[in-house]
Amino acid sequence: MLGEAEPQWLSEEVKTGTTIIAIEFNGGVVLGSDSRVSAGESVVNRVMNKLSPLHDKIYCALSGSAADAQTIAEMVNYQLDVHSMEIGEDPLVRSAATLVKNISYKYKEELSAHLIVAGWDRRGGGQVFATLKGLLTRQPFAVGGSGSSYVYGFVDAEYRKGMNKKECQQFVVNTLSLAMNRDGSSGGVAYLVTIDEHGTEEKVILGNDLPTFFDQ
Amino acid sequence: MEKHYTDSKVKGVSTGTTILAAIFDGGVVIGSDSRASIGGEYVSSKTINKVIQVHDRIFCCMAGSLADAQAVIKSAKSHLSFHSVQMESPPLVIAAASILKELCYKNKDELQAGFLTAGWDGKKGPQVYVVSLGGMLISQQVTIGGSGSTYIYGYVDAKYKPNMTREECLQFATNALALAMGRDNVSGGVAHLVVITEKGVEHVVVPGDKLPRFNDE
Repeated sequence: MLGEAEPQWLSEEVKTGTTIIAIEFNGGVVLGSDSRVSAGESVVNRVMNKLSPLHDKIYCALSGSAADAQTIAEMVNYQLDVHSMEIGEDPLVRSAATLVKNISYKYKEELSAHLIVAGWDRRGGGQVFATLKGLLTRQPFAVGGSGSSYVYGFVDAEYRKGMNKKECQQFVVNTLSLAMNRDGSSGGVAYLVTIDEHGTEEKVILGNDLPTFFDQ
Repeated sequence: MEKHYTDSKVKGVSTGTTILAAIFDGGVVIGSDSRASIGGEYVSSKTINKVIQVHDRIFCCMAGSLADAQAVIKSAKSHLSFHSVQMESPPLVIAAASILKELCYKNKDELQAGFLTAGWDGKKGPQVYVVSLGGMLISQQVTIGGSGSTYIYGYVDAKYKPNMTREECLQFATNALALAMGRDNVSGGVAHLVVITEKGVEHVVVPGDKLPRFNDE
């Protein structure tokens, strides 16, 4: 055989594949993501943190094209810094989400990234916003990325209103674990960020510490 | 672009459907939704039964092209009853699954059909077999198929437990079908369930308004 096919990461677009989720509880939010970045069938980064800070108490979860998502997050981070200096206090979560939505909507033909924006502010408490394709909607929880298809049934069944912080964290970890088991583009470790009025807590859960299910 | 497609767009000819089979302590539950649609735009039947009986205690659900699946099942039924007469005993579940597998494998270039086979026999008790599109045959404790199955992989992985009771398994199957019907636009209608045990076969139909409802409805 003359010559071998080149590895896919040389020719394929780098996507975050991914499973991302954000959920609000009374007093804050929990965001979660997997850590796999793929280019075609190669995994080019197995430990990427897809939860990106937009401000002290506002984070976003990235999915879709890695480059597009990172660029949007960086642009909004800058715009939010300027905005918060202008108003002289911490920005609202809705402001951050609106900035993301503006970019997603204006460049919807060129971009292919979906960001979920979640955080805590003094006025509205914990809030989660979905910004898919330029739409802006507040939801009690949001899932996104290729792995989310497999867990729609699970989150529909398991979500209950009024869960506390620990229950939300467990819900996020369970959902990520189930999606990572079924989606080829999601895997690695699980990153968790919990934001409430007292601060922001980042956590990593390694692969072997994730919950397992009956067939594992 | 992230994948929000259902199986019907990726494979091209999946029956818009959700099918499921699960083993419990003493038997097996097999079930499906009841919607037949044309191109995902028009519901041509709201109450079609996709669970076919191939012998007294052996049932099948089909996935893929409905025409191919029906032709294969018709041929398999006749092979199976002849085999049962020859052996002078009820056929084993694996015999039914193997017959389907042979047909799918030998004609893999022309056919696009896969099957879930579930049943009870005296030798191994309750069993579930999956015959995939190319003709692979494997045995599983719980399995799902069809375009709506994508949305409930997480739920099934989380909620299925081996050796459930009959009532727990029925509730599990009904919930799983209801969740899939809630998210997949080409699955819907009523939930058809069949419970097969040593004692016999029981049909359970759960109409749309009696299906379990979840938070956002």
